[in-house]
Amino acid sequence: MRNSQSTLRLSVIGFGAVGQGVATIVQNVPHIKVVAIADSKGVALMPNLNDVLARKRGGQPISNSNLTALDVIRTIDHDVVVEVTPTNIHGGEPGLTHVREALKNKRNVVTSNKGPLVVAFDELTQLAHTNGVALRYEATVGGAMPIVNLIRDTLAGARVLDIRGVLNGTCNYILTRMAEEALDYDQVLSEAQDMGIAEADPTYDVAGIDTACKVVILANAFFGRHATFADVDVTGIDRITQDALQLARQRGFAVKLVGDVQELTVSPKLIPVAHPLNVSGTLNAASILTDTAGEITVAGKGAGSIETASAILSDVLSLMRDRS
Amino acid sequence: MRISMDLELQDRPGQLKHVLTPISDLGGNIASVVHHHDKKTFRNTVPVSVIFDIEEQTLEELQDRLEKNDVAIVRIGKMRLRARTHILLIGHIIHTNLRETIDEIDATGFAEVQDLSLSMPAIDGPSSAVITIMATGEEELKKSIGILRKIAERKDLLFIEPLDERGSPGGASNEE
Repeated sequence: MRNSQSTLRLSVIGFGAVGQGVATIVQNVPHIKVVAIADSKGVALMPNLNDVLARKRGGQPISNSNLTALDVIRTIDHDVVVEVTPTNIHGGEPGLTHVREALKNKRNVVTSNKGPLVVAFDELTQLAHTNGVALRYEATVGGAMPIVNLIRDTLAGARVLDIRGVLNGTCNYILTRMAEEALDYDQVLSEAQDMGIAEADPTYDVAGIDTACKVVILANAFFGRHATFADVDVTGIDRITQDALQLARQRGFAVKLVGDVQELTVSPKLIPVAHPLNVSGTLNAASILTDTAGEITVAGKGAGSIETASAILSDVLSLMRDRS
Repeated sequence: MRISMDLELQDRPGQLKHVLTPISDLGGNIASVVHHHDKKTFRNTVPVSVIFDIEEQTLEELQDRLEKNDVAIVRIGKMRLRARTHILLIGHIIHTNLRETIDEIDATGFAEVQDLSLSMPAIDGPSSAVITIMATGEEELKKSIGILRKIAERKDLLFIEPLDERGSPGGASNEE
């Protein structure tokens, strides 16, 4: 699977916001070559990244072959499959098949797609192990905010006792705006939808589903919980009123949607305004409680094309380091 | 029980042990001692504030021993409720009988609703309330939060509690 030179060959499966972000930032990175890009309509082989990005933005097809994404994963000789199709928590497809096939074909996988990990975490990590390749997923939790690799690499000597986090930028934006501007939930939700911060159907974010997926991934990765989405007790933010936020504020609290990984819960919580998890706007934050290092809190941009791509690039570069 | 005492000591070295020794001899646990050297009284005594935990039945004995030691007791405060937290409730709080919710907490004997602020924007819309609960200790506070959570579930109210404390600034706190 490895090239004789030091160049790492990638395929990018999925060409939405994150895929385009990856194509944009890998151009500046030496020793990385994108050998194929697949979107839902076709595959561009040996793409000129600028051309393909321009075509995509212009609404033109990117395909220059008759291959499918699965053909690329199975038959094109390369090192890393970057799987960035949209998350589907019901069955995990099409990402699940992409990841499975990549691992079976002894290709490393770097993904931002929560679906396959929420549905089949144990199976996929086992499959990666059996085939001697890596499955990396920093971008699935917290976007650009480092957490998975931070715990695995930097905090390697500490035992993690719990992780709690504000892990959904859409919810955090809505709660922040409601509290700061004394606006109603519906008003701020519409505003967020206008700005592209919330989806037309916001359920996935505001009902806490996205946060629950991240909790599942962290629980499996660091606590060996064998959890799936159904194991998480989830309460969203859609019943929160701006009156409630004002009352909380008068007592010195902000309300945030908090995922607790050890408890497997997602629910709105009162957070003292001076607490490090009280981040505003679309920011994400996570507090990692360890036995020896105490509590460590990180914050960062939880979404966005380039931001999420930065987490993917970090995984790709760590694969490069591992093989050299 | 937590006790706060304001005392007056003679302005001579070594007086503080006349206060601290009886407290610890009676099994008390001292939480704080403040010596107000700068507030000397016209009787040439120094005010001292002591806060400690002790069994309630030893309190009389303690007073006798302090008086024998020539310590003047100015004030004794019993701080029964030591732990406090805030809970946010959203939903049809009024329609679901707020009085009953408060009574259920107060009936425990170890916790009470100390404060309640309610916001009701429309008669048929959901209202929001922040309830301050005080309890005799952290364990009792947890129990009373559990009771309130069950009431909220039964009445379909959204229940929002503070993030647990764990060495960092958290929700529940010890206060007078």
